[in-house]
Amino acid sequence: MTDILIFILATLGALFAMLAAIGILRMPDTLLRISVTTKAATLGIGLILGAAALYFGDLAVSSRVQAIIIFIVLTAPVGAHLIGRTSYFTGNELWKKSVIDDLKGKYDIKKHELQSEDAQKLHRKEKQKKEDDDRKNAKEENTW
Amino acid sequence: MSLHDYLYFVILPILAISSLAVFVRFVKGPTIVDRIVAFDLIVTLGIAEIAIYSIIYDKPTFLDIATILALIAFLGTVAFAYYLEKRNKKDD
Repeated sequence: MTDILIFILATLGALFAMLAAIGILRMPDTLLRISVTTKAATLGIGLILGAAALYFGDLAVSSRVQAIIIFIVLTAPVGAHLIGRTSYFTGNELWKKSVIDDLKGKYDIKKHELQSEDAQKLHRKEKQKKEDDDRKNAKEENTW
Repeated sequence: MSLHDYLYFVILPILAISSLAVFVRFVKGPTIVDRIVAFDLIVTLGIAEIAIYSIIYDKPTFLDIATILALIAFLGTVAFAYYLEKRNKKDD
């Protein structure tokens, strides 16, 4: 009975790992590659480690396996987000068939901060305001 | 077909071919970010291979190495992302 379960878990895990490998080879741009590998690899590794825990059937081993799985599930999204952010800043182009880029113009390239409004428009608005204030001040000085 | 034969002759080759495919992307990768992602995936596949080996040779001690490998993979990704972003900041 345990053997059959190990068979199934190991096969599914290997299949998901293979899907991740095919995905990283075939996907057309960096962000899509990141998305494919993170999800598929996490599930594949979890299933294979689960097969190992079933095989040994020991509390020491299964707690170790649990620690690895929790660690991977926690760190894989964090790592993917960090590397995706870096990829956006280093100016990787999206796939030419991508429909929308939600972050376009919203990152302040110099400060690396995200704004809800278009960063360049914001700069322009501030400049305009400054000029208006200057003009007003000049007018007031003239009237005196 | 016993469990050991199945793991040795089916699962391990699948993982090995997957590693090879990822390695192709590691060599080819147009940008450095692609290479970092591929490296991360190679290490993750290494964890899976270690788990299968620990079943085949009946040695649960191998799983400790898998833990350390998972730690190092995450640390490497974070460090690479951090310094690449810093390098780009300096260029502006």
